[in-house]
Parts: sequence; structure tokens; C-alpha cells
Amino acid sequence: MKIIICLKQVPDTRNVRLDPKTNTMSREGVESIMNPYDRHALEEGVSLAAQYGGTVTALSMGPPQAAEMLKEAIACGADQGVLISDRAFAGADTLATTYTLANAVLALGAADLIICGKQAIDGDTAQVGPGLARRLDLAYASCISKIHEVRNDCLLARRMMDDGYDELEITLPALLTVVREINEPRIPSLKGKMNARKAVIKTFNAADIGADTALLGLAGSPTRVARVFAPEVRGERAMLEGTVIEQVKELAAKLEAII
Amino acid sequence: MDYFLTEDQQMIVEVAQQITDEKIIPCRAELDEKEEFPRDILRQIGQADLAGLYIDEEYGGYGGGCFDMVLALEQFARGCVGIATSFAANGLGAYPIILSGSEELKKHYLPLIASGEKYSAFALTEANAGSDASGIQTTAVLDGDEWVLNGTKQWITNGGEANIYSVIAITDPQKGARGATMFVVEDTDPGFSYGHKEKKLGIRASSTRELIFKDCRIPAERLIGRRGAGFITVMKTLDHSRPGIAILGVGLAQGALDEAAVYAKQRVQFGKPIISFQAVQHLLADMAIETEAARALVYAAAKHIDAHPKQMSKASSMCKVFATDMAMKVTTNAVQVLGGYGYMRDYPVEKMMRDAKILQIYEGTNQIQRNVIGQELNKEYNK
Amino acid sequence: MLKIDEKLCIGCGVCEENCAFGAITVVDDLARVNDKCTLCGNCVDNCEVGALFIEEGEVVPKTDLAAYSGVWVYAEFRQGKIAPVVLELLGAGRGLADERGVKLSAVLLGHNLGDSARELIAQGCDEVLQIDNPALADFTDEPYANVLSTLIKQRRPEIVLAGATAIGRSFIPQVATVVGAGLTADCTELAIDEDGSLLQTRPAFGGNIMATIVCPDTRPQMATVRPMVMKALPPDPHRRGVVEDLKAEQFNLTSRVRVLSSVIAEPDKIRLAEADIVVAGGRGLESAKGFALLNELAEVMGGSVAASRAAVDAGWIDYPYQVGQTGKTVAPKLYICCGISGAIQHLVGMQSSETIIAINRDAAAPIFNVATYGIVADLFEILPLLIDELKGAK
Repeated sequence: MKIIICLKQVPDTRNVRLDPKTNTMSREGVESIMNPYDRHALEEGVSLAAQYGGTVTALSMGPPQAAEMLKEAIACGADQGVLISDRAFAGADTLATTYTLANAVLALGAADLIICGKQAIDGDTAQVGPGLARRLDLAYASCISKIHEVRNDCLLARRMMDDGYDELEITLPALLTVVREINEPRIPSLKGKMNARKAVIKTFNAADIGADTALLGLAGSPTRVARVFAPEVRGERAMLEGTVIEQVKELAAKLEAII
Repeated sequence: MDYFLTEDQQMIVEVAQQITDEKIIPCRAELDEKEEFPRDILRQIGQADLAGLYIDEEYGGYGGGCFDMVLALEQFARGCVGIATSFAANGLGAYPIILSGSEELKKHYLPLIASGEKYSAFALTEANAGSDASGIQTTAVLDGDEWVLNGTKQWITNGGEANIYSVIAITDPQKGARGATMFVVEDTDPGFSYGHKEKKLGIRASSTRELIFKDCRIPAERLIGRRGAGFITVMKTLDHSRPGIAILGVGLAQGALDEAAVYAKQRVQFGKPIISFQAVQHLLADMAIETEAARALVYAAAKHIDAHPKQMSKASSMCKVFATDMAMKVTTNAVQVLGGYGYMRDYPVEKMMRDAKILQIYEGTNQIQRNVIGQELNKEYNK
Repeated sequence: MLKIDEKLCIGCGVCEENCAFGAITVVDDLARVNDKCTLCGNCVDNCEVGALFIEEGEVVPKTDLAAYSGVWVYAEFRQGKIAPVVLELLGAGRGLADERGVKLSAVLLGHNLGDSARELIAQGCDEVLQIDNPALADFTDEPYANVLSTLIKQRRPEIVLAGATAIGRSFIPQVATVVGAGLTADCTELAIDEDGSLLQTRPAFGGNIMATIVCPDTRPQMATVRPMVMKALPPDPHRRGVVEDLKAEQFNLTSRVRVLSSVIAEPDKIRLAEADIVVAGGRGLESAKGFALLNELAEVMGGSVAASRAAVDAGWIDYPYQVGQTGKTVAPKLYICCGISGAIQHLVGMQSSETIIAINRDAAAPIFNVATYGIVADLFEILPLLIDELKGAK
């Protein structure tokens, strides 16, 4: 089984804060990390390959520094890392990203199974997995919380829904996005780290994957960021005064504004 | 401080560090509270290729030495000495096979331990044989092509959880110290059962249990080394493992210092973080000095042992005494820095202080270690 | 590509501080951009001297924006019911459609739809496009995406909204991919700009910042919208609208995914660590009965219950609900503390919550130091009133 895992290097958003007064973003102590959801995708791919046989390719689109993350993926059990990197990709929204990744997958010669994290913690869009599946015309299901069994031409899996879960039979080849519940990602092993140290990350640019530059990066992205600002409630601090009734009314109004 | 680790050694530290921060620290309080064996964490240590750190490559290990083991254990102990002890006891169980075992025993048992598939334990102590190992009463008698063991071992770390036990028994009572022999006993052997599980002050995630041999029959080839060489194997094993105990003290002290310093920066009294008071600064400074000094000694001793495997008793004992006495003191001071909160189970330092005490006692009390050092000095100055 | 006008740049470093990606460094009083730049534009907005600009390459041939008209809402239908978020979307969509002077339509897909279309019209839409077909009985992405994208291509709406639910967030991105539209996920605010385009505001970076997104050159403008944010209109059973039954044959309804079974889970199985709203109680609740009140508040708000150690130790609630040093660490969007004093061991478990509301009798309780809003009051007086007030608002 040929498995591709899509990984994204993201800033550790737990440490990103916008100062509401100056409207500047503080990035003190913000590191680049492997998107936490993608760790689960990788773990699932590596354990499926161990169970059913196969190879795992870790694929990422990002700046040259993302090669380090791909080495980490090898330390966690991936067989190889492929980085798609080009200044022309900058500013890509999810539509341009799926175009780029789809071309990369085709350049790698397709796969039996592609696994993505449900979403990335910097954008939280959850749009790349489904978009990529469509571009590659693959069977697709999102929010997979368990893969029960892989058969010759299909797999059986559980999909999380808002009100419970569905049991699915998914035809192969397929693309799945996974949630955290699916597994507990392993710690990179000593041998894995040694492999990673020796590994050479293949790097492709836009031309290598035969991409049309008009569809890449900002040029290929229909969305634009018009404005970035701090959430309004942040920083505001107030004691709600008055009678109990007044306090309740004011609190209820605040709560409704938040939720 | 920079100890100029090689790239490979740095990697061992990183893997162990990540296991400690992501797996051990989040569950240490719960395992301690429930007195539960850290089976899942040992599995993950095996998955990360660290279970066979000290086992030769031809038997599926990493082929590292005492220093490599010390680097990993330091990290685990920073998280939890109970868990680190369970891991270290595995090594203690495997060392007799590594040091004295036949090729057949090595081929059969070491790969299982190296992969993390099976756990091992070392069974020496009995009710009447603690620091004085000559009081051993467990016996082994050859009956045809089987050895028959009878007796009870007590306070065996990993007892009831391990699958492979290195057990010492008297085979030739008339020969005194030369009449003891080591054997491998498996958990499924007939006549082998577990007794009382101890309730302990600290290291509660580790299992400490009685082993009962009642006409326990094992194949003749399970003998480790020569008949009558049991004590030599025991002494060699403990010389190898002592730096491992010493480093548990260093890791533990580091963990306590980390907790105390972070708390001292957060805790505000009299309008200031308490770290700004000199009384607290001095406590923390002493903790840092002592931890670093012990680390330097243990690292040096471990490197010495890797380079001079035949002259290791003194180095091994010295680092064990120094680092574990230090750990008791540093963890006690960490509780002091945290004050009332430190005494409560909400913060990990009370557990650290409980865990520290055993380090001064097990694998040869610190008093026995001083005897060993004294005897070595006596020999040295005879020349 | 991000460009720097070297004549204008004064090397003040504001851009460097502003960049979440660490893509700008000031060297020799001049800002320099590295490969980490994602063209998010934050630095451009913040540069006081206008030295930074994003140079766009070839401009994509513009879509004929005027050819697109109307606001659509995807009317999610599961387990025989219209999803609550749909009513909220119709409320928001009605406002957008009126402002644009266009029709509001709902797209209803499923099987055994009954008179759901009537309900949608009563909630504010002018038209319902529906397909009632057994092939759509279970949700799978492919046929749903096929139908919606085909309809969009045929009828060209300018705005398409869907709930940011498991279903909406699963297949709407596929629709956007097929029609080549811009899609903004999980919006919390929608508005119409002066030039008539849709302003889509959403949280980013784990809720630490908000971003407003536009699609200047393409149509439709698509967005998924977070549930419980928009307001539904009061239902009007007399509203008139058109229901159009579409022929299923014109769509490709085949699916390579088959639903073998569906399980509806207990609603109280919300995982504390992942809950967006957490209602926590401490010693001030005085008893397990106090927690019954807390449960009620959590239920009204659609949140999860949590507790301080004092409450767990008192046996009023189980350990898995404990937040703090010895319990779980949570960072929900909203954390409401009732009768929690705010001891340091509790604070470490919840202080990164987006909004913290504290209710405590003791005005000097340290919890008020971290609270966004604080109320000094008796819980047993205020909680029942608050629950009623919130129930009334629904």
C-alpha cells in the first residue's frame, strides 16, 4: 500500500497573542511545529504500513525550513519526505494550496491512501483535505476517528459527526482526514532519528511539479485578507455592578455576544 | 552545562526527554496515587528503541555503554523515579545474562528485553539477606536435567510484572560465598508464584513484590555462568548498575529544582515574587550547585566504567553515595521553597521527596557504599 | 510577493513585531523578508510609512461578477430534521439578501424531507430548491458536493452559506474546489461592503486574532458559519415562497463511500478538553445540589461542566472533570467560574481561556484578577436568574 501523509509546519498558535492596544502580534517564543492534527495522520499511516505493508511518504508544501519537520516525520517512521517549496506558493489560500498539492501527488505517481490532519491550527479551515480529494478525484471522508480494517479495494472506518458517529465503507484509493481521537502519536525513536539524520528530503519547485503559475500562491487564490484585528473581548476587564437583576441582564448580554 | 555530548548521545537525550515531557510527567501523579505499574510507558520506551540501550547490537540492542544508559535514565528520573526505577530494574535483571550468561541464554532472552516485549527483574534480597548477601536461604538442587528451587525472595523490583527473573540461590551450602549460583526463572515456570506486594513511601509506580519458589523446576541450561559464580555475577551487576541509581538522584534533583524555580518566580508574597528574596535565592543556588556537581561526578564515573570495566567499584560507589544523598537534600529543599503548597499533593515536589529516600537505601545502602570505598582505599594505599 | 520600498522604510521594526511567522527581520535599518512569508498582509496594514506592499503577479481574468446574483443557504438535513444552524443562517442570509436587494434561497438535500421546505420559508427564505432522493438519505460527500456544485454552476448565486458543522465543513470545501470559489471557514460575522462584496470575519491562530476575508474577483463568495453565532428570525408561518423540486436524474448521485450505520451519541459525552464553553464550579457551590444548578447552566449554554479540586475532593463531581495543576488543562473560548476562589493550582489549568467570567461572593477572591468579567454575588441567587434569562433568549 502506498500511503501519502500531508503535513504542514505551523507557528505554535498557543503562544501567539495580539496586543489589543497596539494591534501588534507578539511572536515571542513562537516556534514552528508540525501541525498537531497531522501528527495523528502520520501515526496512522505509519501503523497501517506496519500492519498491512507499504510505504509512507510525508509531503509538505512550505518554506525550505519545513524540511526539518519532514525529517521529524522520518524519525517518526515515514520512509521518505518530499517538500514542495517555491516563492510562487506564498499567499496561497486553500484553493491554491490544493492545486499545488494535487500536482505534487501526481508528480509522485498517485497513492492508495492519502491521510491529512482534520485541520491546521494556524488557519483552522479544514478545507485542504476535502479540496485535495476532489482535485484528485478520490473517495473521501473527513474526521475519521478509527480505521477498523483495510481490505483489497476498500477500508472500514468510523467518522465523527456532531451528534455521534457513522461507520463507513470507503473505496480505495481514498483520502481521509483524521481527528485526534484516532491514535496516540509515537515519540520519534532512536533509530528513526538516525534515519532522519541521514535522510535527504527531496525538494520540488513549481516547475518540477508542472504547475501553472497563474493558479499558484496569491495569484491563484480567490480570497484576500482585508483586515486582521484583536478579538474585542480580550483585554477588556470589568466588574459588573448593580442589582442582581441588572448584573444578570448585563452578563446574559455579554454571554450572548460571545457564544 | 555543556558536557560535549556526541551527536548520538544528544539523540538519546532528546528521545528520552520527549518521552519524559510528553508521556511520563502527565501521568506520574496518577500512577503514584494508584500504585500502578507503568506498563504503557515502558512499551513506549521500547517503541522508541531505548529498552535495549545497553544490550549489544547482535542481540537487538543499541550497543551502548553505561554512559548512554545514564543519559536516558537522567531524563526519566526528572519525570518520575518510580517509572525510571521500573525501567532501570529491567537492566538489573538483564545484566547477569549480559555479563555471565551463555551464548544460548543471550540469544534467547536479550532480544526480548531489547525490544521491550518482555521485562526482567533481579532477585537477590531475602528476609535475612539484605546488605549481607551471604544470608541467602533460597536453594537450588540439581535433579536429573532440571534444577529445583525452593525459597522466598523479598522486595523484588518489577516482581509480578516481569517475565524474566535473574535469581540467585545456594547450590553448594558447604562452599560459602562460592556456593551460590544464578538462574533464569520465567514467570510461567511451574512452582513459581508471587507473594505480598509492598506498600511503599515512594516510587509507588514501581512494583516491589515477594517471589515464592516451591519446588520450582527449571531446565539445567538456565544456569547463568558457572555453578558457584553467583556472587561474582551479582557484584559485577551491581557495579554496573550503581551509576544508574546515582543518575536517578541527579535527574530527580533537576526535576525538583525546575519545579522550585518556576514556582518561586510565580508565587507572590509581600508584593514580590519569592525568587526575589535572598533566602529563597540561596536555597535555589545550593540546589543548582549540588545537582550540577553530582551530575559531573556521575558522568565521569560512567565514562570511567565504560573505559575501565575491571576497576569500577570505587567510582561506582562514590557517585551513588554522592548523588543520592544530594537528591534527598535537594528534594527536601524544593518542598521548603514551595512551603505549604509543597507539602500538598497538588505539586509534584512532595512525591519527589518521598521518592528520593529509596535512592539512599536500595542497590546497597549508602553506608555499605562507604564501606566499599573504604576497602578500596585500604587496598590502594597498600601498594 | 512582499516588497519593501527601501526609500520609505525607516527600520522601525513594527513589521518585525507584527509578523506571526517570523518572516521579517530588520537588518541595518531596513526590513528584510525571508521565505517564511505567507503574504498575510498584516505587516502592510501596520506599516506607518507605507513602505511595504504586496506585488501581485499576473491578475487572474476576472469573473463577470454581475452575472452572479442571490444568496443561498445550504439547508443541512440529518436524522429527519433541519439542523438548527440553518435557521440562524436564514436569519443572517435574509439580512444580506435584503441589503443586496436579491433573493434568498435554501438548498435542501436528503430523503423523506416532508414539509421541511415550508419550515425554511417560514424562517425567511424566498425559494427552496430541493431534491428528495434515497441516494441522499445518508450523508456522503461526493453526491452532496456534486449536486450543490452543479446547481451553483447552473444558477450562479453570489453568496453561498453553510453551517460550520461536521457535514458543512466536510463537503462545502469540495463544492468550492469544483466551482473555483473562495471559501472562508467558520465565520463568526458576515457583512456587506460598500462595493457590495461579502466581508467574512473569522477567528484565526486558535482564536487569538480575528481576520476579515473578502473575495474581490470571484463568485460565488462562499462561507461556512459557526453555529450559535447568527440569530434566527422568529418563524412566520404565513410567509410565502416557492418550492422547486429538482429532478435527481440530472445529477451524479453515485458515491464511493457507503454509510453502514449511524450512531447517535449521548449529548453529555462532550470531552472537557475540547469543549468551547466550560462552566466550572468550586467550593462555593457548597454541595452536589449546587452542581445540579451548574449542570443546568452548562446545558442551556451547550457547554461542558468542570470543577476545581476542592469540589472534586468533596465528592460533588468526579475526577475527570477536574481542572488545574492535578487535573486537566483547558483553553475554551468561554470559561465561567462559579464559586472558585482562584488558587494558583486552579489558574494554571484554565488561564489561557479566551474569555473568563467569575462569579464569587468574596470580592477579594484572586479569581477576579484573571477574569474578563467579574460579578460579586451569591451564586444561588444569580444562577437561577441567569439560567432563566438565557432560556428566554432562545
